[in-house]
Amino acid sequence: MGNLGILIEAPIFSVQLLIDGILVGSIFALAAYGMALVWGVMNIINIAQGELVILGGYFTYFLYLAGVHPLLALPISAAGMFVIGWLIYRVVIFRVVDKDLFISILATFGISIILQQLMNELFGADVVTAESGLGTRFLFDGDVTVSEIKMVAFVTVIVVGGCLVMFLKKSRLGQAIRATSQNARAARIMGIDTDKVYATTFALNAAICGAAGSLVVMTWVIHPFVGLAYTVRSFMIVIVAGLGNLAGVLAAGLGLGAAEMFAGFILGAEFQYAFVFSLLVLILVWRNFRLQRRRKFLK
Amino acid sequence: MSKFTKFLASLAFAAAALGLVAAAPAVAKVEGDTIIIGAAVSLTGKYTTAGNHTKNGYDLAVKRINAKGGISVGGKMYKLEIKYYDDESTPARASQLAERLIKQDGIKFILGPYGSGLTKAIAPVTEKYKIPMVEGNGASRALFNKGYKYIFAVLSTSEQYLAEAIALAAEQAKKAGKSPSSVRVAVAVENDPFSMDIRAGVIADAEKFGMKVVIDDKLPRELSDMSATLTKVKALKPDVLVVSGHSKGAVLITRQLSEMKVDVPMVAITHCESAKVNDTSKFGAKAEHFLCATQWTETMSYKDDLFGSAMDYYNDFNAEYGYYPPYQAAESSAAVQVWADALTRAGTFDTEKVRDALAATDFQTFYGNIKFDDTGKNIAKPMILRQIQGGKYVAVAPSRFASGTIVHPMPKWKDR
Repeated sequence: MGNLGILIEAPIFSVQLLIDGILVGSIFALAAYGMALVWGVMNIINIAQGELVILGGYFTYFLYLAGVHPLLALPISAAGMFVIGWLIYRVVIFRVVDKDLFISILATFGISIILQQLMNELFGADVVTAESGLGTRFLFDGDVTVSEIKMVAFVTVIVVGGCLVMFLKKSRLGQAIRATSQNARAARIMGIDTDKVYATTFALNAAICGAAGSLVVMTWVIHPFVGLAYTVRSFMIVIVAGLGNLAGVLAAGLGLGAAEMFAGFILGAEFQYAFVFSLLVLILVWRNFRLQRRRKFLK
Repeated sequence: MSKFTKFLASLAFAAAALGLVAAAPAVAKVEGDTIIIGAAVSLTGKYTTAGNHTKNGYDLAVKRINAKGGISVGGKMYKLEIKYYDDESTPARASQLAERLIKQDGIKFILGPYGSGLTKAIAPVTEKYKIPMVEGNGASRALFNKGYKYIFAVLSTSEQYLAEAIALAAEQAKKAGKSPSSVRVAVAVENDPFSMDIRAGVIADAEKFGMKVVIDDKLPRELSDMSATLTKVKALKPDVLVVSGHSKGAVLITRQLSEMKVDVPMVAITHCESAKVNDTSKFGAKAEHFLCATQWTETMSYKDDLFGSAMDYYNDFNAEYGYYPPYQAAESSAAVQVWADALTRAGTFDTEKVRDALAATDFQTFYGNIKFDDTGKNIAKPMILRQIQGGKYVAVAPSRFASGTIVHPMPKWKDR
């Protein structure tokens, strides 16, 4: 707890933590938005979300090895992951889309194990990273450092998020996705090919993961078994923010990022996740409490 | 070769093999003028590579000892021989084979297998039969906190991995005219048994010097970001930062320290070799001046009568096997030297007396000094710290054996 004193005496470090947390949180928010999309439209909780992120990271890594700048590799990774997402839908997901939530969790859990082991077999267990070649910015006389790749990541997330919102609002396919999400049966009666909508949604989610993974491999490191951390974070953000609410997802993502940073600083890295999950429990309890009160009033 | 001669040859071979089996009595501890040492080593399975390094290390030492006429026990010269079994890289097989070596083959002296896991499987067996084992490849702390009496390890154990960095920091503080107790230590290790062993060693040594541990972070296994810890480093300005988290920890600290431009006078990490942080094509000069822990390197000034200097061993091994010895081979050769030394001093083959001689071991080999404490671990050989200088490893500590000089403190990021 002594570290709390440092933050009070030298508030500049809070600025450092806040900036780092927010920039990092944006990447979590991106992956979480994909999860919310699939959850909202298809009623599937995708446990393989983190593995899709890591796979996207490997896409970028191998393009980087081939001499492509990782930032240019980002859209290519997203496109590649779109195809992979579509394939996963055609092979597995379409079989479980109307089934019980439990079945789809099992199915995506299976996919996550298969992807992990495949990546381990194909790419090896080594830790990999892609250097973007970007530098570091100094703020406040060098007391606060911001790596440019994190800023680029933040901007990318905002741009991708904006494009997604526009796509869902304006395009025919986007409207079909929203209609399916509201009532799949009615959408089908109105002539929407829901199977195609589901396939597109899942592929779109994979593409979003691809972009997020691309940012992850540029900012940090990846290896085949680190996907779960991203699944769990996405899940948490969606729980807090709710479905189909991009602004909420973004806010929850940034908040989670900052909370992790402060918890890591004040309590120590070993309590980083513990703190964040305790926070999740608190939020759920508080929300339940509010709901109960509202129910009382409704009576 | 015609079919017939081939047939004859194989027939002859089969006959010879049969003859051998028939002629050889149950292998005893000492046969005529040959002392037989038993070893179960991984020759197949997942540790094949390391197992072969171990075997080559043993074989080279035996060959060189025998070439010098063998060892003298009680006034008589004996040759050494090793009886090998393949443990298939599995602990269950290893303990079976240890039992077989001792009970069936009557062997009284054991050399260790490769790796902590397999050594852990064998130690209870040697303990049960009170048969001493000298091992060079099991570093886990768990081998030395169970009260085992018959295990002796020549290598540095896991809690010693980065403790040398603390001694080095104390030395540098003295050089700068400050008291070692003024040194402030930051520790960030992964939350797994191996890294926590390393942490325990660092903390214990820091306490010994009266140093203050200002950061003590245990990084989660799904470690992906160290910025919170590094912000703390920036705020508290420790004099030495110790990081261990397998390859990913090494890669992360290399990337993030330079990205966040955190200035620390000394950074000591593990797993530099497997993470290849000195590879400038991958990381530029980001890991420049980092200290990396290693068991042994050929540039140290250790010497003995058998192999000569560490560098002589390095070249001798290469001439024999066609590749330069990794530390696994070096520590295996040293284990054989320990046997030779202890048997000579014991002057008898009585296992209890030999055990006591082993426990009293105190000499220098090309691999380093060897002296065991009560638990059987070598306390005389420190881990070696190599600093990355110009993308190359230069041994800098412990300073009395090291060939290079340390660049300390690390230059600040803005001056690079």
